[in-house]
Order: sequence, then structure tokens, then C-alpha cells
Amino acid sequence: MFHLALKMLMGDRAKYIMLVGGLTFATLLMTQQNAVFQGLLSWTTSHLRNMRAAIWVVEAHVESANETKPLRDTDVNRVRSVTGVDFAVPLFQGILRAKTASGADKQVMLIGLHGATLFGRPPQMLGGDLALLRLPNTVVIDELGVQRLSQGRSRPIAIGDTFEINDREARIVGICRTERHFFGYPYVYSSYDQALQFAPRQRKMLSAILVQPKPGLDAAEVARRIGAETGMRAFTSDEFAKVTVDYIWKTTGIPVSFLTTIILGFIVGIAVSGQTFYSFVLENLRHLGALKAMGASTWLLARMLLLQAFTVGLIGYGMGLGLTALFGFLVLPIGQPPFLLQPSSLLLTGVALVVICSFAALLGIVKVARLEPAIVFRG
Amino acid sequence: MSSSNSIAVQVRGVTKSFGVGDSRTVALKGVDFSTREGELHLVVGPSGCGKTTLLSVVAGTLDWDGGEIDVLGTRLNGMAKGAVTAFRGKHVGFIFQQFNLIPTLTCIENVSVPLLLNGRHRGEAERRAAELLTTVGLADTGRKRPTELSGGQQQRVAIARALSHEPRLLICDEPTSALDSATGHQIMDLLATAARKPGRCVIIVTHDPRIYGYADRITVMEDGRVTQVLEGEALRHFIETHQ
Repeated sequence: MFHLALKMLMGDRAKYIMLVGGLTFATLLMTQQNAVFQGLLSWTTSHLRNMRAAIWVVEAHVESANETKPLRDTDVNRVRSVTGVDFAVPLFQGILRAKTASGADKQVMLIGLHGATLFGRPPQMLGGDLALLRLPNTVVIDELGVQRLSQGRSRPIAIGDTFEINDREARIVGICRTERHFFGYPYVYSSYDQALQFAPRQRKMLSAILVQPKPGLDAAEVARRIGAETGMRAFTSDEFAKVTVDYIWKTTGIPVSFLTTIILGFIVGIAVSGQTFYSFVLENLRHLGALKAMGASTWLLARMLLLQAFTVGLIGYGMGLGLTALFGFLVLPIGQPPFLLQPSSLLLTGVALVVICSFAALLGIVKVARLEPAIVFRG
Repeated sequence: MSSSNSIAVQVRGVTKSFGVGDSRTVALKGVDFSTREGELHLVVGPSGCGKTTLLSVVAGTLDWDGGEIDVLGTRLNGMAKGAVTAFRGKHVGFIFQQFNLIPTLTCIENVSVPLLLNGRHRGEAERRAAELLTTVGLADTGRKRPTELSGGQQQRVAIARALSHEPRLLICDEPTSALDSATGHQIMDLLATAARKPGRCVIIVTHDPRIYGYADRITVMEDGRVTQVLEGEALRHFIETHQ
């Protein structure tokens, strides 16, 4: 009987398309929005992955990795004096104006690395020589920087070209690849001393201290010790990522906004599929009554309805995921909007679809359970 | 047919009402009814007299309030709904006024439904369905959908469906009402042939006097009661006066 149930479902083309369409749309909405949200959350901690420091030491009131409150230069030595610290290096990070060849201003994320160690160096060099950062006025830019700073040039900006950062000339000595920063600005790397030349002068210029614990020591324990002895906040990279994500959840409307859209997708799925499937059952009530009269039990009819609901659910789920993946393939090379499709997102949408299909089937099953087969004798 | 054939359906003092309070309608007021194996039995009467309700309770598709019903030697009183459904699926075939064929299925698939419900495999059920369609003169329509057929052809598909699992009781609700005279007679020929099969009986509820001549017996109902049971000479006289 189950093959007939599927033929009954697919034979009603309009309702079948409406059901699959509604569930595809619901899946797309829930999965795509979840992926964009996960991507956005991933961006909030991309800076930590780009720098790859074991321990971050920041000012006592810093609440996320994307926030900078300056420290005193002497704080580096205070950290170095803590037991268990193998080495500690200063880091400058700040948003500065860069001028393109066309004269337009572009914001960049300037990173000043400790000159001797270049600790926190870019994750991947695509060309040039990072060591040349030790020369005056030199920088390494990432691919987004190439894209943004090429404005007004006949060809993309490249190694050997110059541009201005805060009215000072910067010469490109390397191109690197980074994960995009939460703020969406391109990374421009220089030495720490050079960064202080590019940046407007302030009383305190040190943004953070990057620390490597001694081999064999637990980074979390060393971070706790640094915090206790210096009064600054010290996090392992994972702890800092968690604090940053928590900060986004608690202090911004971003999660609520995405959750609202995801919930709307769920409601649209429930409403469209529930209403359409119920209408499908109502239109077939006479036939279901005839089947009941001919000896089909309520349990058999319920299983037929479940099969129908879950078939359209599975097709809608597959098509929705396909469209989400297509969206991902289209936007990932561009780099925005953020997109991170995780297995947990697929599972979550799958569970939502199961709930939607069960609800839709249940509406029909209740109707069928109450159906008197004698309905077939009414004119 | 012989009057010594055993009783197929026995209904004693059956009552049935719908609604409650002021809107309560009594459809059956202590109906006694019986039909024998090998018999084509018509139930006639004006609209609202309770004949379709009687058909529904005999078929086990509608609960009744009081009285006893025996069908093919089985007492329906007190049977669980699931058991009644299973009994109906095995022993009862249905033919409806509006055919009730599933429009999205082919004729073969429609005919195979009772066989599938009785546990036959799909291939076997469809082979048997094709044979039955040939028997009712629709050999070439197996892959067509009911909506592609005329009313008479659809009713013949419905007859093939009703007979597919060899039921002993055939319940027919106004099987010729939606058909022209010639087609109605073709349908009745098929039903009369089906009724002759040993151990089977056919009960037809109808308004259509054109088919009275096919009856072995006619039960006349009025206002929820059986007023006449006609056979033999009385039946011939009734038919003559109504045609």
C-alpha cells in the first residue's frame, strides 16, 4: 500500500510542489541563516586564529578579542617575570586609514609584530619575505588588502608597490592569506616599532602581549598565574574565543536577529506544510474513507500519511540543503557574507524538519482516526 | 435461486439515531432484515428512509445503538473496531454511487487495493487486477487513470475492485444512479452474475426502478422501518407496477 500512498501524494502535483517548496524554503532559511550566523561567530574569533598565540594578556577591562584597551610598555616585562612564561612579546593592533592610488581612504587593521621574533606572523605567506618587515616602512598585506588597496590602479597592488598609511609611505614586501577579521578590514602587518610610526601617537600604544608558556606547562595555569600576579586579564586562545563569543551573545542583538529568522523559517515550514498537508488529507478524505471501508486500519492509514509527510520532508530537506550549499559555494570565494555550515546545523535543521513533518502528519492522522468509513455512502 | 440457501445477513431489531437533544434523528427504528447467499437483494424506499444507514451498519462501517447483526455467520455486536475492519477487508466488497476510485492511481492500482490490503504482493495483485479488468470488459484501460474513463467504465472498474478479493458480501450503494439506462443495465448484468457465485450475496440500495427486475428479493423501507419484503409473485407484481 505504501507505493500507492506515494503515488497519491505525487499525483496531486500542485500540493506536492507546494509541500516540497515550503519545506525546501524552510530548510534553506533555517540552514542558511544558521550558517551565516555560525560564520559570523567564527569571524569574531578569527583574529585569535590569525595570531595563533598560546596566551593573550590584555588590559583588565577588555571583554572580547576585538576590543583594544592599551597597556603600558613596561607591562611586557611584568609578564615576562611571571613563572612559567617562556617568552612574551608586545603586539600593536589598531584600525588605521590607508590611502589608495585613487585617493580614497580605506580602513585597515594594522598589526605590529615583535621585530625580533615576528611572533603572531600571518598564517600563510603567498609571496614575498616576512623577514623584510624588519626594514623601515615595510608591510605585508593580505588578499583582502590587495583587493581593497588596488583601487585606482591599472593592475592589482603587488609586492614592491607603495601606499600610504596615515600619511606615511608603506612599501609592500609580502602578500599573505588570513581569515577575515570580524570588522571586515584587511590585515596589514608591520613590525611593532614600525606600527608605532604609522599609528597616531598616544600615551600608551601597547595593545596586547602575546605569551608562550614554557614547554610542558599548562597554558591555562600560566594564564591564571599571569592574571593573578599582574592584575591584567590573561586568557588562553580558547578561553579568549569563548569570552568573545559570550560577549557577542550577551551584548549584541546579532544572535536574536538570526534566531528570529531561523524560528520564522521553522514557523513558515510548520504553517505551509501543515496547512497544505491537512488540505491534501481533507481532499482525499473520501478516498481514505473508502480505503478504511475496504479494510485499511487506522494504523495503516497513519503509516501511509507519515510516509507521505516524511517523503516530502526528506525531499524538501535535501533540496534546501542543496540550495544552502550552492549559496555557500557562491559566497565563500567572495568572502562575505560569512558562511560556516557545520554538521550540528544540518542536524538541527533535520530535527526541525522531523518536528514539522510529524506535526503535519499528525493533523491528518487525527482526522483519519476520527473518520467514519460510512462517509463513503454519503452523496 | 433456492430459498433453502443459508442466511448471509441477519439483522434483528436494529436501531440507530444521529445527533442529540432536539437535533436527534432516528434513522433506524428496530429494523429486521435478512438476506440469503446467492441472492441479489434490493433495498428501496424514499430518500431519508434509512436504507443507506442500514447498509452502513450491515457493512460494519457505522456503529449502531441497539439490536443484533450477524454477517456471514459472524456476530458483529461487541466486536472490536479493528476486528470489524479486518472482517470487512476480507469478506465485504463495496460499490459506491460516486465510484470512489482514487484519481491519482491507475485502474489496475485501484483494483489491486483490496488485494494489497489482504496481504497479496504487488505483482500478484496487479496481475489479478488486470484479469478482473478484462472480465469487466476493460482490458485496455489498466494503465489509464479513472478520470480518463466514462462513468460506466469507472463503475465497472469499481466492480472489478469490489470483486478482486473474492468477497462473500457485496454492498452496493446506488450503483446505477449516475449512469444512463444502457450502462446501468450493463453494470447490473455484472452484479447479477457476481451474485450467482456460490456463497456470495449482493445487497443493493437503490432509487432506480429500472433495475428492480434484477432483484431476487426487494426490501421496502419507509421512515426507518422495513414495511415490505417482496419475493415471488409479490415481487413480480411490484416490479410491474414500478416500471
